[in-house]
Amino acid sequence: MGLDDIFTASVFASAIRLATPYIFAALGETFAQRSGVLNLGVDGIMLMGAFGGFYAVHLAQTAGVMAEPLGLLMGVLVALIVGGLMGLAMAFVSVTLKAKQGISGIGVYLFGLGLSELLFQQWVGTPKSVAGFPRISFPILTDIPILGEIFFHHNLLVYVAFALVPLSAFVLNRTTFGLMIRAVGQNPEAADAMGVSVARVRYATTTIGGMLAGLAGASLSIALINLFQQNLTAGQGFIAVALVYFGGWRPLAVAAGAMLFSFVNALQLQIKVIGADIPSEFAVMAPYVITIIALVFATKRQEQPTALTKPYERGE
Amino acid sequence: MSQTENQLLPTGHARIDSLTMSGIVKRFPGVLAADEIDFDVRSGEIHALLGENGAGKSTLMKMLYGLYHPDEGEIRINDAPTIIKSPIDAIQHGIGMIHQHFMLVPSLTVAENIALGMKSSRGFQLDLDVVSQRVLELSDIYNLKVDPHLPIWQLAVGEQQRVEILRALYKGAALLILDEPTAVLTPQEVDGLFRILNQLAADGHGLVFISHKLHEVLEISHRVTVLRDGRRVNTIPTSQATRPKLAEMMVGRPVLLEYEKNPLQARDDRLALQDVSALSNRGTTGLDAVSLQLRGGEIVGIAGVSGNGQQELAQCITGLREVTAGSVTVDGSDVTNAPPAALHAIGLSYIPEERMIDGVIKEFSVAENYVLQDHGHPKYTTARIFMLFNKIRQACRRAIQQFEIKTPSTETLVKSLSGGNIQKLVLARELSRDPGVLIAAQPTRGVDIGATEYIHKQLLEERDKGTAILLISEDLDEIRALSDRIAVMYEGRIVGEVVNDNVDVEQLGLLMTGGV
Repeated sequence: MGLDDIFTASVFASAIRLATPYIFAALGETFAQRSGVLNLGVDGIMLMGAFGGFYAVHLAQTAGVMAEPLGLLMGVLVALIVGGLMGLAMAFVSVTLKAKQGISGIGVYLFGLGLSELLFQQWVGTPKSVAGFPRISFPILTDIPILGEIFFHHNLLVYVAFALVPLSAFVLNRTTFGLMIRAVGQNPEAADAMGVSVARVRYATTTIGGMLAGLAGASLSIALINLFQQNLTAGQGFIAVALVYFGGWRPLAVAAGAMLFSFVNALQLQIKVIGADIPSEFAVMAPYVITIIALVFATKRQEQPTALTKPYERGE
Repeated sequence: MSQTENQLLPTGHARIDSLTMSGIVKRFPGVLAADEIDFDVRSGEIHALLGENGAGKSTLMKMLYGLYHPDEGEIRINDAPTIIKSPIDAIQHGIGMIHQHFMLVPSLTVAENIALGMKSSRGFQLDLDVVSQRVLELSDIYNLKVDPHLPIWQLAVGEQQRVEILRALYKGAALLILDEPTAVLTPQEVDGLFRILNQLAADGHGLVFISHKLHEVLEISHRVTVLRDGRRVNTIPTSQATRPKLAEMMVGRPVLLEYEKNPLQARDDRLALQDVSALSNRGTTGLDAVSLQLRGGEIVGIAGVSGNGQQELAQCITGLREVTAGSVTVDGSDVTNAPPAALHAIGLSYIPEERMIDGVIKEFSVAENYVLQDHGHPKYTTARIFMLFNKIRQACRRAIQQFEIKTPSTETLVKSLSGGNIQKLVLARELSRDPGVLIAAQPTRGVDIGATEYIHKQLLEERDKGTAILLISEDLDEIRALSDRIAVMYEGRIVGEVVNDNVDVEQLGLLMTGGV
């Protein structure tokens, strides 16, 4: 057994696939945090999105009412709506009611964890799989040796996730909306004085964050794993929150962090597959340990939203 | 030149020839914040608004800027009745406000800060190049030099203020409200600001200059309106105003502005610092080999722009920050890095800069705060364990009387007292312990003139009793009024020390900014 057995093309390909939910969720969280809202409920929203997307596809496919791609798009739409609604709820609690964000986020997480399980048991019962997003084969490109497998043989959501990375960077850095987000997260008083509605911006970003978290969940349940079960995400939403800090609130770096994390994850899967003589528990812990170490070294940076977790109240 | 051209400002926006506020009333729960106030500004005029904290200056101007809405009264712009609903509304009417705490986002560039909240010429996409271009044009017209591409945190305070002014002009402000604009500036920066304000007035802008510094009002304004307790005392042309007259209008009684200082009777060294160094909160050099001698019976003033090591200096002396090199000596014994309790025991008292954070526990009562250090003292306890609240209240009542602290009772929570009264309480507590050395950091910041006068007199009395006093202040007037010697701090070092005898203010200002 050599390094060739570990660093195979399929490991790189699976790293890219595994990064998809993290990228969606972490980009969404980046928007929320840049505006000053720390949403710790990402994992719960992912679960709800995962269930909603899965259930829509499951219904469409068992009833056979919809053509295959339409059913899948239905699933995505449901995930976006469910996620958006949960984001909206988080915004209401933390922006309008000015609750402690750390606590309300945990509330949102537990709510999503419980409700997704309850609905799953009531409406579905036993784990069933659905036909998820198929892998796309590109003419010529997919047939390139090694590179074809790594880059050109994934499902649609993988490409959407990676396309969102530069798009998010563009929105944050080059648009008026992005400027408002950054201002509201750094100095809400100043933004308010300039006629920017702090509440409206935070509602928007938290809702966008929720929609992307919902999509992250769907990318698991109808594109990667193609089933739903209790606590399907297994804490991936919390990793996504950590990745935002890791990437210093910059979309490109956040996505790079997601890639690094997924790569270690894919490696440990591969090591298990080839039966290396390392206790598999260590391998499972590795990505988390590496994330914690990376976080320790990720010191305070310019982009850190200084108003993060602080509800805004007009002075005096 | 045609009539219309005459009416335009150099920015191309329309002038506000006159703005009148009449009979303005604003009530807050339990308070009448503005009681039938009349106020007006004309084009080309600098109108000073003078008053103590809580006199209603800010409330009145916030109504003009749309942050509050008057309960009664009328605002007229160029004789047309106008209702100002929000800051955006105010900006559209040509009213701009320069807040005391700058409304700038530190991590964003100058251009980004100006573009914030404005429509972009490219729809949803930012047009920072267009904004920068216009900023440079305005910089030229008004001689306000600023690089639009620099992030705010890299700019000095005076430059940040220029960005604020530029932004208001950019948005078409014909009338500018400046809320205590000199509070954070060095003397040179104040001169620069005043030049800008005079030019703005000459160009046809109207300016409201909010302040509580009498000499500045006398220097810069054309008319002055004095407010007290939510009411207008009077509006007079500045040419007819004098410092004592304005102070009396503000406070309601004659006020001492110049103190009679007894001749210096310096005694032995009480506090000595030898090459003291310490780190700042960010881990950089906070204090750099500072040496200082303080004798009994003298006040040494530490002047400097905020953040140049003054806070670290006070904390090193009072045991609240680790001294990394050098030594601190009180009355001949080495107390370098001694814990605060040991320092209290040998007669060191401290009036901290952040009185609400380091000076009092605001959820505690007046009496409890009065014995924060001495709660275990034998005179307040049985067997040093059980507190004798009657004795504590008695002592506290005496202090309340002696220091003229306005509080309903000894059991009132400190957070419901005014800033001046809280500071008097801190002063009462620290002086009750009969200190040999007193460190007073910003003792009158945010405190009204009446209480300031009282605190100053107490400090001078303490000096005459033989206490060594270190007065750390950003208010040069305060430093000059009280100190026997003045030391200037810049970037963690003492860059100059002078005897306070006809000191050249320009010279001090240069030292404060690292010049010379």
